[in-house]
Amino acid sequence: MPTRLAVEIGKLKLSNPVMTASGTFGYAEEFQDFMELKKLGAIVTKTLTLKPRQGNAAPRTCETPAGMLNSIGLENPGLEIFIQDKLPFLKKIGIPIVMSIASEEEPEEFLELVSRINLIPEVAAVELNISCPNVRGKNSLIAQDAEATYQIVQEVRKRTDKVLITKLSPNVTSIGEIAESAEKAGSDAISLINTLGGMSIDVQQRKPKVSSGIAGLSGPAIRPVAVRMVWEVFNKVKIPVIGMGGITDVPSALEFIIAGATAVSVGTANFINPKISLAIVSGLKEYLVSNKIADIQELVGSLKI
Amino acid sequence: MKNFQLSAKILSQKKIKGNYWHCELAAPLIAKNACPGQFINIRVSDTYDPLLRRPLSIHGVKGTKIKIFYKVVGKATEILARKKKGELLDIIGPLGNGFAFGKRKTENGKQILVAGGMGVAPLMFLAERLKKTTIQVLVGARTREELLCINDFKQAGCLVSVATDDGSAGFQGRVSDLLKQLLQEAQFRPQTIYACGPRLMLKAVADMANEYALAAQLSLEEHMSCGIGACLGCVVKTKGGLKRVCKEGPVFAAKELAW
Repeated sequence: MPTRLAVEIGKLKLSNPVMTASGTFGYAEEFQDFMELKKLGAIVTKTLTLKPRQGNAAPRTCETPAGMLNSIGLENPGLEIFIQDKLPFLKKIGIPIVMSIASEEEPEEFLELVSRINLIPEVAAVELNISCPNVRGKNSLIAQDAEATYQIVQEVRKRTDKVLITKLSPNVTSIGEIAESAEKAGSDAISLINTLGGMSIDVQQRKPKVSSGIAGLSGPAIRPVAVRMVWEVFNKVKIPVIGMGGITDVPSALEFIIAGATAVSVGTANFINPKISLAIVSGLKEYLVSNKIADIQELVGSLKI
Repeated sequence: MKNFQLSAKILSQKKIKGNYWHCELAAPLIAKNACPGQFINIRVSDTYDPLLRRPLSIHGVKGTKIKIFYKVVGKATEILARKKKGELLDIIGPLGNGFAFGKRKTENGKQILVAGGMGVAPLMFLAERLKKTTIQVLVGARTREELLCINDFKQAGCLVSVATDDGSAGFQGRVSDLLKQLLQEAQFRPQTIYACGPRLMLKAVADMANEYALAAQLSLEEHMSCGIGACLGCVVKTKGGLKRVCKEGPVFAAKELAW
């Protein structure tokens, strides 16, 4: 029986639903020794800003129970250097490239970024990172406010025909409400979750283990929270949901799909097993075959409740 | 350089003393390509505890085998030490840049290796590869019991001097002070100083290299989440901006670092 793994995110066509989560896959070249990159559904870049950002001081990461904290602070080379040094490699892979972008000054920087990205045909989609918890001096995130989310998504929507994905933060009271705002403002898809705010303390030194104090928690520890939020958002919006948060294997990827994710992103697990994304692609196929499911889209949101 | 992820069989696993262990792994692709100063990233368990890999220096290469030398300091190294000969380990390597050293013997082919504590781990591999030159190794530890690899360095043909914080063996004081003494006496002008150890020791070595206008290569340690340059967790300040210890390092020229 033929099985179909291909999915669509707006007008973006993916050969399979497995993507890589922003910030966990560099600009893909870091993973070329470990896998055939073109077999991925899509690659989401480390978040880019208009100008280069140095990011936060070390230590920037630490391990926590079944997870890790990070506070990289959006270190990135900036758009120019990305286009010069990183994009040529990504272009050659031949699968959809999603550029994750963030801004220091809204909405001007976002608008400038998208107007530049519009000129790069190889970039298939833009992911608005309005949910990074690690930018100093910001007390709140755009993705924590339904109105602010609406405003920024709408402004960006007006200026680009590329597939627009809005990445949401789990650090909110009502995720469905924020997702709805993004949908109303014209986002083609919702991706969630970004990291959960967390903290870990070295009790001998009485210092935070990550220099910034508060950092973002990722890994299997956050998976149940992420699956719940995907389910809530799936029930609130009609646009596709890209689910992520602690996916480490085939069953965990399936949880997200069954909860309503059209596609999934592998994040922290890339650090542990750089080959894991493709292992998940093959595993999904096997699941479909053994459960006699012809098309993975039949599984999306198929939770029996 | 290409990296490999492979399932390496444990060929031997031996406690040297206290919490210190030697382990040999069958890893032909890594053995063939490894340079001193590079490391492997080990997944000690396929559970979520510990979740991340642990980086360990390559201590030596023999044919198709690689050696690691480690101290049990926490859960991951405890699990590693319980693994028996014949078990498989998921490893990635050889990672990082490694030490830069000429293969040609020059007239003034003298080198100083400065190791603090577990800093001996990568320097032993370097000593083996450098062995056609005169090598002075300075090994420092808190006490006599914690001095490591002294006989191994001697067997590799190195001159060895030791320093202990409590004076229970050799020079009493820090290994960087022993280096200072050696340079002051001016009997030994090295081409390069290679060092690995605690951050403060490396800083002292860098200051001395600067004072005596000597080249120094320092192998740094920083908490890593991926080891392959993706997570941007293990950065260090250099004069050219932040650099990844796992990718642009772990070895940096002393004059490049911005402490």
